[in-house]
Amino acid sequence: MPEPLLEVAGVSKSFWGIQALADVDLNVYPGEIHAITGENGAGKSTLMKIIAGGEAPDQGSIRFSGRAIAMIHQELLPFPDLSVSENIFMGRELCRRIPGWIDRGRRDCEARELLSDVGVSIDPRSRMGDLTVAEQQSVEIAKALARCADLVIMDEPTSALSDRESEALFRIITGLKQRGAAILYISHRMQEVLRLADTVTVMRDGRRVGTCPASDLNEPLLIEMMVGRALNPASKRKSTPGETVLEVRDLGRPPHFEGVSFSLHRGEILGLSGLMGAGRSDVASAIFGLTPATRGTILLNGRPVLVRSPAAALAHGIAMVTEDRKEFGFIPDMSVKENVTLSSLARFGWGPFIRSDVEATVAEQQMQRFNMRAAGRDQPVKFLSGGNQQKVAIARALLADPEILILDEPTRGIDVAAKTEIYSIITDLARAGKAILLISSEMNEILSLSDRIIVMREGVAVAELVPDTTSPEEILRYAIPS
Amino acid sequence: MPSRADGAPSPEKSFVLESNAGPARQSRVTAARRKPWPAEATLAIAVALLMAALSLLRPNFLNLANLVNVFRQISINGILAVGVTSVLLTGGVDLSLGSVVALSGVVAASFAHPAQHAVFVPVALGILAGAACGALNGIVVTRGRVAPFIATLGMMTAARGLALLLSGGRPVSNLSPSFTRIGAGDVASVPFPVVIFGAVGLITWVMLTRMQLGRYIYAVGGNENAARASGLHVRSVKMAAYTLCGAMAGLAGVVLASRITTGQPNAGVGYELDAIAAVVIGGTRLSGGAGGVGGAMLGALLIGVINNGLDLLNVSSYYQQIVKGLIIVGAVWLDRSKQK
Repeated sequence: MPEPLLEVAGVSKSFWGIQALADVDLNVYPGEIHAITGENGAGKSTLMKIIAGGEAPDQGSIRFSGRAIAMIHQELLPFPDLSVSENIFMGRELCRRIPGWIDRGRRDCEARELLSDVGVSIDPRSRMGDLTVAEQQSVEIAKALARCADLVIMDEPTSALSDRESEALFRIITGLKQRGAAILYISHRMQEVLRLADTVTVMRDGRRVGTCPASDLNEPLLIEMMVGRALNPASKRKSTPGETVLEVRDLGRPPHFEGVSFSLHRGEILGLSGLMGAGRSDVASAIFGLTPATRGTILLNGRPVLVRSPAAALAHGIAMVTEDRKEFGFIPDMSVKENVTLSSLARFGWGPFIRSDVEATVAEQQMQRFNMRAAGRDQPVKFLSGGNQQKVAIARALLADPEILILDEPTRGIDVAAKTEIYSIITDLARAGKAILLISSEMNEILSLSDRIIVMREGVAVAELVPDTTSPEEILRYAIPS
Repeated sequence: MPSRADGAPSPEKSFVLESNAGPARQSRVTAARRKPWPAEATLAIAVALLMAALSLLRPNFLNLANLVNVFRQISINGILAVGVTSVLLTGGVDLSLGSVVALSGVVAASFAHPAQHAVFVPVALGILAGAACGALNGIVVTRGRVAPFIATLGMMTAARGLALLLSGGRPVSNLSPSFTRIGAGDVASVPFPVVIFGAVGLITWVMLTRMQLGRYIYAVGGNENAARASGLHVRSVKMAAYTLCGAMAGLAGVVLASRITTGQPNAGVGYELDAIAAVVIGGTRLSGGAGGVGGAMLGALLIGVINNGLDLLNVSSYYQQIVKGLIIVGAVWLDRSKQK
């Protein structure tokens, strides 16, 4: 066995008290394509960030004996208005004898060579923003070559590529391997992983579940490793869904999602499952009016309604707790009280004025009801933990007294105790007759909470399942693009 | 909503609540102790110290006449600062203030010739002209999605042009005594402009701290996306802020025209920057969401006291500008280094 190029030993990392990685070991050898796979939130991205030096591990060590590591992100970060060659040599420009004077001729010439090494014919003088995503990726790889990177990390590189473009990428990756570089390839597309990789490491809940040669694996085996056998559904809830409250017909906002139809009943929890980018959040945002749908109809209690903004949605009795808590969830400098009452201030008002005594009482009630841990109702929300911030967002949505509540990844990045509390809040709400649309990437969560599950894949609803008769394996089979 | 009747609280639950009540009350005390020292307090102390120092150096600083004079001098800038506070809190900016002051002064003066109209007509029209400019700024910012800097820069140029056009490039003079009394008169030896400054400040303070609109202004500046997702009409909130700001610039223009007894189309150049400086010295964040009108008023006072003090100390006005510049940067630098 040759010396490993990269040796990760016992790496642990936690954010805000949540274990993102626990005691992960990983060896990568020169000339190896090593795939890392696992469900959303398994810790793949955190591990890559630590390897690339973007985050420091809490524990453990990383030994890298090569020259350079290049990381190709899922979302490419090019300078769209600069030329291809300028992008390739960004930060290490080729200079003439006078410092600061760029040798453009040599730059374009070397860029052309690098691009032909990668095996693509792109004019190094063309504008980066005019290239397709696949071409931009090739440029990123050329950039890695220019830096003499002997470890290239690729995070879901095919997520935005067509089949043909993916094939071209695989050829490039194989070429890199033949030059002796090691590739860490992150993907949850099973067929890709099995075809391309020499070695596969599966991660789950921040731990390495196993590492084996790709030749020893097949799809069902891989799914089993990803999901894990230890699924312990939380206490089942007897549900008696009532009449239809919300119905969407042929809802769409291409290219994000299209032709989505379903109905939601009083007292029901409808789970929306699927991989990241499958369009689940887009459907939710459309119903809530954050990014209105361009096609289809939304019917509330049988009557078609137009939802062009969250304000309109709230007026119709639709509330939502968004996935991106930082961006949409709360006003960081405002207090717990002010955040909780923001959507329903008019109700605690006296004309245009705020009745501060009523507001304070209401805020205290909500803090008790959700067991929020804050230094007081006047503490700015930015100082709370993720779980408590999420409770603030849920409290605000509920205080608007909605009939329909959309919860998008309500427990993401939250510690276990707060998760359990949020689960019981959700089931209580359903019992009280709210109609709930639950989006979650956690199998456990969606299986144990939902009455029905709709699986989305690439912007289309592909299956409707019942938790009692389905399994994580079945859901994944529908969710994963083949 | 699940009602209380959903189930009688189990003893376990009530235990949890009680065990929380203790630490919660305790930590509220620590939170109060940890609560960041308000920028207003620092500023008030700075102003007080400065005034004490000045009165030692020049005993006539504390003369009632001089103090009244200081306040009279800051009242225009103070009114503008109060107005622009709301805009800055939404994360916007208004560079058109100075031009709007000139325009509304010209408009008001044109209707304030002796025996022409009752005094409230020119006053109302001046304020209305300002409010119209502000509303137009708001429309361009919210509907046209033009950056506030650009939108109000355009208004700054256009409003100046309109002021010159309406006045034919000449000062509008020969104003009725009832109109010029606004700038020259007083109540119990407090000049009218100071009374107006105080009233405008108080009203805006009530709006920002006690009314829904104020809360929404902070929310929009604090996190626009979250404000929208909370069901706020973000555009209307911004419209309100710009329109109010314009109306107050209109009011400042009326006061100025009355005090100098002419509608001066070239008046108010650079006033917007003095106003923004006062607000920023007062602790309001340029990116929005934090700050307040009290700080803005104190900021205007600080600038006024320094100007007056340097006058009394016979410091050349050239130095005065340098000192003012240093104070603007220094105050914000201090404030930011405290935050980190």
